[in-house]
Amino acid sequence: MLYDTVIIGAGAAGYTAAIYAARSGMSAVIIENKAPGGQMAISEKIENYPGFPEGINGAELAAAFQRSSESFGVKTIFTDTEGFELNERIKRIKTAMGDFVSKTVILATGAKSARLGIEREDFFIGRGLSYCAVCDAMFYKNKTTVVIGGGNSALSSALFLADLCKKVIVVHRRNEFRAEKAYIDALNERKNIEVIFDCIPEELLGVDRIENIVLLNNITAERKTIKCDGIFVCIGYSPNTDMLPDCISKDSAGYINASENTHTNIDGVYAAGDLRSKPLRQIVTAVCDGAVAASQAKKYIEGMKGKWE
Amino acid sequence: MKIFDVTGDSFSSEVENYNGTVLIDFFADWCTPCKMLSPVIEDVAAGAPAEVKVCKVNVDSEKELAERFGIMSIPTLVVMKNGAVKNRSIGVTGKQAIMDMLE
Repeated sequence: MLYDTVIIGAGAAGYTAAIYAARSGMSAVIIENKAPGGQMAISEKIENYPGFPEGINGAELAAAFQRSSESFGVKTIFTDTEGFELNERIKRIKTAMGDFVSKTVILATGAKSARLGIEREDFFIGRGLSYCAVCDAMFYKNKTTVVIGGGNSALSSALFLADLCKKVIVVHRRNEFRAEKAYIDALNERKNIEVIFDCIPEELLGVDRIENIVLLNNITAERKTIKCDGIFVCIGYSPNTDMLPDCISKDSAGYINASENTHTNIDGVYAAGDLRSKPLRQIVTAVCDGAVAASQAKKYIEGMKGKWE
Repeated sequence: MKIFDVTGDSFSSEVENYNGTVLIDFFADWCTPCKMLSPVIEDVAAGAPAEVKVCKVNVDSEKELAERFGIMSIPTLVVMKNGAVKNRSIGVTGKQAIMDMLE
């Protein structure tokens, strides 16, 4: 079947695109390689998405997005993409469950936690190195942990860990935090949180699991080894765009070059959500992109009337 | 297919002495990524070959089992074949990747 649009990624942007596409009469399908919801689904509590004055659990909100999309008849297919043919008028997405052909493609694969990019990082994942404090904090009860980063997610992770750990050391590459004042004030009140500024992680040490981290001071170039049981990395995000073909224009960090109208450099291909180069990455901005992308795709299909045979 | 809740007491009979492949999902009730993975595991259980046994271990109530497997991050999936660990993955994983781990 020739779909009007194939949406890649079942997060906030993808589901909203599905709802808007279906409601405007387009045939649509979502392809997702993991589980519904994306980053939204692994958030313990979401308080900045309008309509939920008490806040809402991320997994619950993700499930509600999925139900909304299904209520308009859009299915989510769980499979890996294996190839993209986007340059022709008829697009083709190759997957382990066969090819999907469509008039338009909406890319909505989101972003993931950024890696430190230092040696042995992969080895230590699950061996003392984590990117999710709310998931793994309980394994570090009464232990010493290090949090890398200086933004809201780093500081909220440190505060969460401080309730359980004997000691939490926050390491930030600059000499002041980027996080909101409320987080900084809360941090300063905790006696078991220590802050180290102007340092970056240089080396991870340990036999079977993390034992020490070596920090490099950006200003003095001095090195310092800190003994710890766990390290939580909260240094921002990187886009899930590695599997996309080179014909899609991306910026130096890998985000897709597309403006507010979500148009990529290829006709009929749109970028919605966290994978797009933009100033604010939130659920509210992702749903906005999803709606815009679906309406732009609809316009594009109508403008090409008679050219689909 | 049924998903078995495995405890320290039932581990040897359900998993160690099982003649075939076992998928174990180490999880906790409060862990949001575990909740995200849960329907994927159900999907795998429904689609996996009959000789594959799918189990869940609650790391809160089964601390010894979690320690024995060196679990420091959840969700963690462990694949065992005839009592020996064959594969392991951490975090939310897709159905297809899990099916590949079972092969």
